[in-house]
Amino acid sequence: MKPEALIEFRKNAEELEIVGSGAWTAANAGRLDALIGAESRHDRSRVKVDMSGVREFDTYGAWFLERLLRDTEEIESQPAFGLPDRFRGLFEKVHETNRRRPSKRKGGKGLIGGLEGVGRSVEGAANETLRYLDVVGAVVIDCIDVILVRRRPRLASFTHQLDRVGVKSVPIIVLLTLLIGAIIAQQAVFYFRRFGAEDYVVDLVGVLVLRELGVLIVAILVAGRCGSSYTAELGSMKMNEEIDALRTMGRGPIEVLVLPRVAALVFALPLLTFIGSIAALYGGGAVAWLYAGMEPGFFIARLREAVSISDFAVGMIKSPFMALVIGIIACAEGLKVKGSAESLGAQTTASVVKSIFSVIVMDGVFAIFFSSIGM
Amino acid sequence: MLDLDSMLAVQLHDLVVSFDDQIVLDHLDLDVPAGKLFGLVGASGAGKSVLLRAILGLIPRREGRIEIFGLDRVAASAEELRELERHWGVLYQQGALFSSLTVLQNIEFPMREYLDLSPSTMREIAMTKLEMVGLAPEDGDKFPAALSGGMTKRAALARALALDPHIVFLDEPTSGLDPIAAQEFDALIRTLHQTLGFTVFMITHDLESLRTLCDEIAALADGKIAAVGTLQTMLASQHPWVRAYFAGERGRSLLSPVHAI
Repeated sequence: MKPEALIEFRKNAEELEIVGSGAWTAANAGRLDALIGAESRHDRSRVKVDMSGVREFDTYGAWFLERLLRDTEEIESQPAFGLPDRFRGLFEKVHETNRRRPSKRKGGKGLIGGLEGVGRSVEGAANETLRYLDVVGAVVIDCIDVILVRRRPRLASFTHQLDRVGVKSVPIIVLLTLLIGAIIAQQAVFYFRRFGAEDYVVDLVGVLVLRELGVLIVAILVAGRCGSSYTAELGSMKMNEEIDALRTMGRGPIEVLVLPRVAALVFALPLLTFIGSIAALYGGGAVAWLYAGMEPGFFIARLREAVSISDFAVGMIKSPFMALVIGIIACAEGLKVKGSAESLGAQTTASVVKSIFSVIVMDGVFAIFFSSIGM
Repeated sequence: MLDLDSMLAVQLHDLVVSFDDQIVLDHLDLDVPAGKLFGLVGASGAGKSVLLRAILGLIPRREGRIEIFGLDRVAASAEELRELERHWGVLYQQGALFSSLTVLQNIEFPMREYLDLSPSTMREIAMTKLEMVGLAPEDGDKFPAALSGGMTKRAALARALALDPHIVFLDEPTSGLDPIAAQEFDALIRTLHQTLGFTVFMITHDLESLRTLCDEIAALADGKIAAVGTLQTMLASQHPWVRAYFAGERGRSLLSPVHAI
């Protein structure tokens, strides 16, 4: 079936005749758009329009007609272009629209624009730091209030969060740290064997796991597993105006939501670090036994010589600070969520990326600190 | 068969919808004439939204037939369904604007999906729609989170009308609006209905909308249509719930010909 003709342009000596017919509706909008676009080269200073053949007409048709006529100076036609009466009201409505362009926001270009961008991002970073400090301060104040028994601690919420971030994280953390310990031991055995220094595998695994890797791996896992869920929870509560509801009831979100979460994390992360480190040592020991034939008894005896209590302490001291940073970033990002679903996604991503970044940077700072005090 | 010139926009026959063993709609029959402003009233929890969602195909029915412009969803092919979905627009109670798109992008979304238009044409038509629902051109670049309740409804209506549908479903269009905004929104629906000639199926609680806007009203009670007809028919109905609704204190003061002081 041949599609019906919708529009015809007839060029006379002094004027352009436009004849419309058929259905000028959304269904034919694509064709009309193409036909009108293709004919844009005609001189439209004098036109004659005949729309009497149009059978159906909707907003799309009305806009196409309006656009055809908008730039013309002189239109020769019968009233309303012969458009059937029932379509005239619509055309008049559409005729009034699109008259005014929305005022564009002014933005600098070139060098000035670039400098403006730099300035804005510096300002943004400064504001963000202030926001984090704000949350830290609020958490500390509420914490002091709870300690001085001026406020009821939220034990139910705290234990619930502890269960979520602590107990429920144990399986995945044990599994992953076990594997990491095993991989380190395997690599160490492989290279140390060349020098006949297989015994030093125990030193490597012990020191590395207890001082650095145990806490780092656990903190990164917790940031991904729990930090992201904190951000998403607080963010959707913010979107749902639940946080505003809390505020109007005289209970700040920091006291009710952030403090129990951060406290649970600070409490849980050292325990998880301990469990993770031990699991990693088990993994290393198992590989040393199965792969290098090192008896478990020997491994333990050697471990006792290789690592000191300070190695263990270094790892454990770091973990609550990392928990604090993860918790604060996750909650602050959650409270930053605005109305849209996209913003929730963006803040959750930001939360995980920023907390992993901060954890690694902090680990470096701690390494410098501990080596300078000789631990 | 999809027949857009059909005299009946929506036909429900013997419709049963239930959740587990709770029957919400119980052998319900309803005809919505094409080209009219049709209002549906019912108590909270009577199943108005369930009825709407069943018509839209968002929840399954247990028995009965739903025809929209003569097309039965169950018997229809995927192509026919797509064709049907292009010819209806839905205004959800909370607007349901896509929060990550601007207002104009929201209006353009159905066009992008269904029509083959150049970006500039699409933008111009979206702008036309935006102005037809009474929003300013500047509002087009705003995100839904930045809109007031009334503006959200208007923007959502513009999106529902994006493809010039033959039928528009409105779920409590004036809920959450102040009386002046509600009155303006009613007037807007009436004007657009007159200009564009679509059928309106609206769920409403607003007696004022029922009085000024609706050509025909149906009352939903106990899972069935208790009464259907003009406002006069409603006022004359003997059904206890319909009587309580229209002849209650609020109903009387709003609907009586001489407003009591």
